[in-house]
Amino acid sequence: MQWSWIPQNWTIIWQYTLDNVLLGLLPPLIGLAISLPVGISCAATRWLYPPVLGLANAVYAIPTLAVFVVLIDYTGLGNLTVIIALTLLSLCVLIPSVVDGLRSVPEPVRQAATAMGFTQVRRMIRVELPLAVPVIIAGMRVAVVSSISLASLGYLIGVLSFGYFFIDGEQRDYPTEIYVGFALTVLLAILCDLLLVGARALLTPWARGRRTAASAITATPVVTEA
Amino acid sequence: MLRPSPTLRGGAVIALAATASLVLAACGSSSPSSNPLSGGSSNGSVVIGSANFPENELLAEIYSLALKAKGVKVTDKFNIGSREVYYPEIKKGTVSIIPEYNGTLLTVIVDKNSTAASTTDVNAALTAGLPSTLEILNSSSAQDSDSVTVSQAFATAHHLTSSSSIADLAPLASSLVFGGPPECTTRSDCVPGLKKNYGLTFKSFSPLDESGPITIKALQDGTVQAADVFTTTPQIATDHFVTLQDPKFDFAAENVTPLVYKPAMTSTITDTLNAISAKLTTAGLLQIDTAVIVNHDSYQAAAQAWLKAEGLPGGA
Amino acid sequence: MSFLAFAWDWLKSPQQWQGQDSIQVRLLQHLGYTGVSLLIAALIALPLGLLIGHYRRGGFAVVNVTNIWRAVPTLGLLILVVVSFGLTFLSWLTPLVVLAIPPVLVNTYEGVAGVDPELKDAARGMGMTDWQLLWKVEVPVAIPLIMLGLRTAAIFVVATATIAAQPGFGGLGRYIIDGLASNNYGEVAGGAAVIVVLALVIQAVFVGLRRLAVPTGLRLQARSSR
Repeated sequence: MQWSWIPQNWTIIWQYTLDNVLLGLLPPLIGLAISLPVGISCAATRWLYPPVLGLANAVYAIPTLAVFVVLIDYTGLGNLTVIIALTLLSLCVLIPSVVDGLRSVPEPVRQAATAMGFTQVRRMIRVELPLAVPVIIAGMRVAVVSSISLASLGYLIGVLSFGYFFIDGEQRDYPTEIYVGFALTVLLAILCDLLLVGARALLTPWARGRRTAASAITATPVVTEA
Repeated sequence: MLRPSPTLRGGAVIALAATASLVLAACGSSSPSSNPLSGGSSNGSVVIGSANFPENELLAEIYSLALKAKGVKVTDKFNIGSREVYYPEIKKGTVSIIPEYNGTLLTVIVDKNSTAASTTDVNAALTAGLPSTLEILNSSSAQDSDSVTVSQAFATAHHLTSSSSIADLAPLASSLVFGGPPECTTRSDCVPGLKKNYGLTFKSFSPLDESGPITIKALQDGTVQAADVFTTTPQIATDHFVTLQDPKFDFAAENVTPLVYKPAMTSTITDTLNAISAKLTTAGLLQIDTAVIVNHDSYQAAAQAWLKAEGLPGGA
Repeated sequence: MSFLAFAWDWLKSPQQWQGQDSIQVRLLQHLGYTGVSLLIAALIALPLGLLIGHYRRGGFAVVNVTNIWRAVPTLGLLILVVVSFGLTFLSWLTPLVVLAIPPVLVNTYEGVAGVDPELKDAARGMGMTDWQLLWKVEVPVAIPLIMLGLRTAAIFVVATATIAAQPGFGGLGRYIIDGLASNNYGEVAGGAAVIVVLALVIQAVFVGLRRLAVPTGLRLQARSSR
């Protein structure tokens, strides 16, 4: 491991970090924007969720490289293909998170809100979504960490990020470069994971001091069939 | 009246702001090496591309540094992919300069059946056959061609030396595994060409990498018995591999030649590139390849050092 | 719809079904990589997960492992191993097994540790030994999550085996890597199509297995509680 390589190549390290941040964060955010309305609809309409969940599970099972390939025909070899593919992956994770989160709101709480005069919309925004935040953020953590790690695959279709360090290290038989790319990916992912945990703490002040369920941290959101 | 819930609103605002800034970043991102201070478009504005292997990235870096030093506005778009991937880009002009190898450019893109072998013949065929938007500039004397190479152990076992010919493999071929870059199965001078010119039908083909460490290792440990190793690969010398002669010119001349998109060219650009080609020799190329591949120097450092040693613009 | 057109054209050409680069050969290689790795990972992770879950020790470490697991760039890991050790049997086996262990381990742990304490009390009250408690109560209740862990691992290993083609291994990913190198979209599309079908079939297999494995009583109970 040649530590001097790092300061020598700082410019490209920084550039590819920015690129990987973009490819790792934008898809989950877009995914969240889409899965909120979709998830809310699924939680409200009994018959809608099973097919949506089935579709999400199916798409989640497909290797990301294959998803890139299917998209290349429509969006070419570039950033857009990678972003769309990772957004689809995030959707597969986030829609079930939103639905599970909303379903985890205890019925008595919902009823109390209605009794206090909340309309359905207000109840959703002021009561149900905030209570669903822990589960939704758990889903976001999975989506963000997965996207950051999968972004490096983009190199295979010409989209440079940390993947460059793996391939260039491979071509020059230079493990140092590969280690750096590896470490950067994992560190960036852990950093974003911690930021999301912090966000959860900020957004749920009522839950501070109480232990959150382990399952919110670990379980993949593609849980059981509805 | 119930007080508004700040947490969800706060969360939504943060998420929106983050998304917006990322989208803006995505739309407006440009490569790190485009220098806003490097003169206006009076000296030209180009996109330099490269194939996805170190030597080509190094050559592109040399072009890039020299042109920037001459005040040209340069955007780097390295590591696009194999020729089959980057050629469509330069043909339509999204890339303006690529360091090419005239022989394979001819047989892969322009004329599969060409038998031109010498530098002059190959360049003449290229000039005649390239589309009107593209042209080649002057070739350098430096060559990096494909080859059929075997390990030292294999050569000794079968009494082969560096003056042996590829034809000497013909009786052995059916028991040999041949390794090379994935595109070798379809390239007309690779697996098909070896069969046509030398009657070699290998037992099987093993797709590896672009004459990189995976190919080298496979050759060393005997996973493949012969491989397509590019002739300026440093490990040929360091690992004592034996490259077989190609008397029938299955592999044509492979001079490093800039392929350019005509509409983007100015005289400053073409003069600078021709000056580089005039100074680039095979020995020099092998030397900077070794610096980058074996010594792990950065591409920029190796390029700058070469430009400086040759008295060209862009040297540090 | 040209992705499908390209894929179909390539798939129906007889050349694709002959020789060492044929679909049968690549498919068998892919199944081999996946099956062997999954089996070994299960042999390691299932007993470990059962033990950790039963005795409830080491849960914290196990939980945090998943976050890091998802962050690992699989392309980087594969390249690192190949550059260091060459294209050997262990070079593909080790990364795939290492990557398959965490989901199985965590979900098994979750499943066993999450068993209702009242249930365990009742079992102990009935005179069950520790061993009986594990096998007659904890494992059956944990089966849904255990199956989920295996399914998640399978999806992950199939995807990683696809990527393994980049540093030079076989499997269905070969078509994508080779096709991209020769700009042969037919090969790329055809390969991706086969991979998608394989992924969906494996998904279906695990869903079916789960249905078989979950004890009837639990399944009926879950359905009625909705």
